[in-house]
Amino acid sequence: MTTEELKGLKVAKSVDARGTACPGPLLEAKKAIGTINVGDVMEVLSADEGTKIDIPKWCTKQGHEFLGSIDENGYFKVYLRKK
Amino acid sequence: MEKLGEISMEKLLAELETLKAQTSRMENSRKDQLSIAIVSGDMDKILAGMIISLAAAAMDTQVKLFFSFWALAALRDPKKKAKGKDFISKMFGFMLPKGRNKLKLSRLNMCGMGPMMIKSLMKKQGVMSLDEMFKEAAELGIEITVCEMSMHLMGFKKEEMIDYPNLRFAGATTFVADAGESSMQWFI
Repeated sequence: MTTEELKGLKVAKSVDARGTACPGPLLEAKKAIGTINVGDVMEVLSADEGTKIDIPKWCTKQGHEFLGSIDENGYFKVYLRKK
Repeated sequence: MEKLGEISMEKLLAELETLKAQTSRMENSRKDQLSIAIVSGDMDKILAGMIISLAAAAMDTQVKLFFSFWALAALRDPKKKAKGKDFISKMFGFMLPKGRNKLKLSRLNMCGMGPMMIKSLMKKQGVMSLDEMFKEAAELGIEITVCEMSMHLMGFKKEEMIDYPNLRFAGATTFVADAGESSMQWFI
């Protein structure tokens, strides 16, 4: 997805994991994914560079659809759809 | 020549069938499970073991940790005391770190300066502390097994181990059995 498309997504849940380092963001994503419905989009905010690589791998394993990420100033947003 | 060709074809197919049966058996016997034998009691190695375990648990992989030898010091509860120890056990207890917050670094320990510096860096950079990691591990259902034999060897007692929901006491056979059905088996 392009950045514009990602920005236009309806986000069901936003997880702010900017305060934690690896594997914090992943643990927070795991906890939050249980609270949303299948088909919903979740956004994970992280300042940990590794998360950008880790989340897609987590999605592949768990069967969720990784949609892409947007770089912000000093952090980034990762988008995925629950399957 | 033609007959020979037929026979080898038959043989080949039979071989293929046995292989198929074998692979399916292997696939079915290996669970999405991580087994780690944690033997080292160094702070850095315990940290690595816990971080990887948490990442695995976040991916819904069942995690089973087997703590043995020096690593047992990390499972001691500093608030608990055990009675009835002999002299050597008391000595061991005195010389080994009392709990996960007193562990030493395998390198650059510098009489405790190293761990202090690492801890302050971890805090600054938002890395979970060992206390938080054990709490998360408990919530995620990570199992910890204490090697009973090495616990006795080092003079530790059950009653001085931490409160942990999935703490078991068992022997090497348990680790081997768990590891046998895991898709990942490690040693730290």
